[in-house]
Amino acid sequence: MNDFSAMMILSSIIAAACPIIFAAIGETITEKSGVINLSLDGTILLSAMTAFVISYSTGSVFLGFFMASLVGGFVALIVVFFSIYLRVSQVAVGFVLTLTCRDLAYFIGNPYSRLLGPQVQPLPIPFLSDLPFIGTAFFSHNVVVYVCYIFFFFSWFYIEKTPMGHILKAVGEHPHAAYSRGIHPHRIQLIYGFVGGVFVGIAGASYSLFMKAGWGRPQGCEGIGWIALALVIFGGWNISRVVIGCYLFSFLQVMGIFFQQWFPTFPSPVFQVAPFPLMIFSLVIIHVSQNDKIREWSKDKNVILFFLNRFSHSAPAHLGKRFHV
Amino acid sequence: MKRRMESYGKMVQLLFMNPVFFIGISLLLVFIMTSMVLILTGAPPFSVYKQIFLGSLSTGSKFGHVIKAWIPLTLCAIGLLYTFRINLWNIGVEGQMIIGAVFCTFIIRLFPNSPYPIMILFLAFFSSMMGGALWALLAGFLKTKGGVNEIFAGLGLNFVAQGLILWLIFGPWKRPGVASMSGTEIIPKGLWLSLIERTAIPPAGLILTFLALFVTYLLLKYTKIGLGLKAIGLNPKASLLFGLKPSLYMLLAMVFGGGLAGFAGCIQVTGVYHRLIPSISSNYGYLALLVVMLSNYDIRLVPIVSFFFSCLNVGSIQLPMVLHIDSSLSGVIQGSLVLTFLALHALHRRLSTPKEIQPS
Repeated sequence: MNDFSAMMILSSIIAAACPIIFAAIGETITEKSGVINLSLDGTILLSAMTAFVISYSTGSVFLGFFMASLVGGFVALIVVFFSIYLRVSQVAVGFVLTLTCRDLAYFIGNPYSRLLGPQVQPLPIPFLSDLPFIGTAFFSHNVVVYVCYIFFFFSWFYIEKTPMGHILKAVGEHPHAAYSRGIHPHRIQLIYGFVGGVFVGIAGASYSLFMKAGWGRPQGCEGIGWIALALVIFGGWNISRVVIGCYLFSFLQVMGIFFQQWFPTFPSPVFQVAPFPLMIFSLVIIHVSQNDKIREWSKDKNVILFFLNRFSHSAPAHLGKRFHV
Repeated sequence: MKRRMESYGKMVQLLFMNPVFFIGISLLLVFIMTSMVLILTGAPPFSVYKQIFLGSLSTGSKFGHVIKAWIPLTLCAIGLLYTFRINLWNIGVEGQMIIGAVFCTFIIRLFPNSPYPIMILFLAFFSSMMGGALWALLAGFLKTKGGVNEIFAGLGLNFVAQGLILWLIFGPWKRPGVASMSGTEIIPKGLWLSLIERTAIPPAGLILTFLALFVTYLLLKYTKIGLGLKAIGLNPKASLLFGLKPSLYMLLAMVFGGGLAGFAGCIQVTGVYHRLIPSISSNYGYLALLVVMLSNYDIRLVPIVSFFFSCLNVGSIQLPMVLHIDSSLSGVIQGSLVLTFLALHALHRRLSTPKEIQPS
């Protein structure tokens, strides 16, 4: 493998990770407020369809992104609304929405199948894209990918370093305490549910407007929502870890082609299953590391301790539960 | 006059108590909603409904296709009743069905030319149930021992099962020469489930599904196991104090649910596709969750709702050809039906219970 192909691989890993990062961070934000939005897989398809149809009929890619993000936010609002005002399990509503949104997307988008629509044009950044190696890998993409770089840094900063981020986390960890400090958890959940959904919508639009441009059945982004959900857990609800997980998955996805050359009996979809065992594994580790006996036992075993600490991040304490005054 | 009003009020209350009433209202609302969507997209709603009806119930052979879908869907839904009773979200039915189908195919591949096909079929039935149950047990152990939420365990295992079946179809079990999405080699004709003449209905599957319905009804209603599942589902801590073991009952519920799902997978192989294909589960595992939710977890409603869903699925197959609209319309109707039902039911619960005793 020469320099050029390595660069191309790196470049496609960066591009392929972009929508997954939007979806996974969107979901992380929602889950930080204590709401599980299980509808991700359907939402991504529905917003991908919306983005394509809107930008096909208006010619404006920006309008496509805008409407897709509204659709994503709206679906997330349904989950939060059912949870807060009707007291229906978030998981139940999210699951039903997953299937409904998927079918709705196929149904409404059907007349627009296999049409050639507008796409986000690549926009190499002047000077930076001329840098050797990293120029092509990092700075020769389109605007959305650059926004994604800023986005994950910004969302990390927002959640970890600003007062608003602490309010968000407080609601997910201990809504009663937040309530007694004058923060209404329901309002926060509505806001961040919507915000998280907006980013999931952007992820959907990224698929139909450049990653797998166009609409059809299948579109090509099926299953990504579940993967994003798995990556949120794998990343331990921590933005930087979630992003690392996204790049790891994207790496596996891109390298699937090469793996197939090395292990010809494995079809490439098999490699895309990888995040799921990893997700289960990290959930087991989270559970194990909270066990006192294990803690005691691993006290002077540096390697195991390092391992446990790397993987043991607990979920927001009030995740998926309902809060009532 | 006052008494009359009271009895009238009671009647209304009784009506509201009945989930069938809510299903009816949801049906009406979704009917209006879908019609509006159809008009917006430019399709004539009544010809769409007519096509769905004609496509599912107009002839004996079409009715047979409905029943062919009804059998695995109902089996999966019955399995879910056990797990929902103990408050477990067994989202892994899809994977359990796949593993059932894999075990079934494995047995058939082991004895392709046996002189006693009936024996092999029994063995395949049994092992597919074991396979589904094992896959469910894995999720169950992850829940009880590993502290992994059953939703994520089940979901993860679904995708692992999907990976496994793809690997088998493209790798060790590929057709000689070609490996493709169209599946493995067709199984020997002697091992196909016999069908009722001129229809696609395998009577063996039909009988066993009714048997499963009946046994589950009795088991959940009249036995100690049923009571235990319900008690733990309602209050695991209190049940523990009464000497019931929640984790044991959870595993038991998973075994029942997984076994039935695995069996559904076996029916798909021996009675429908006659080979292993990547989409052997036909999405029935996920659809079954919707069926059970819309049935309000009531076993008497499960076969009816499941029949309605099967009609929608089968009836919408010809929509693209006749009216040029996508067959996923059936999924839209099913999903919005469940969503509307959940909303109405929850609204009624909120309005009818006094504020002080509402569960939080």
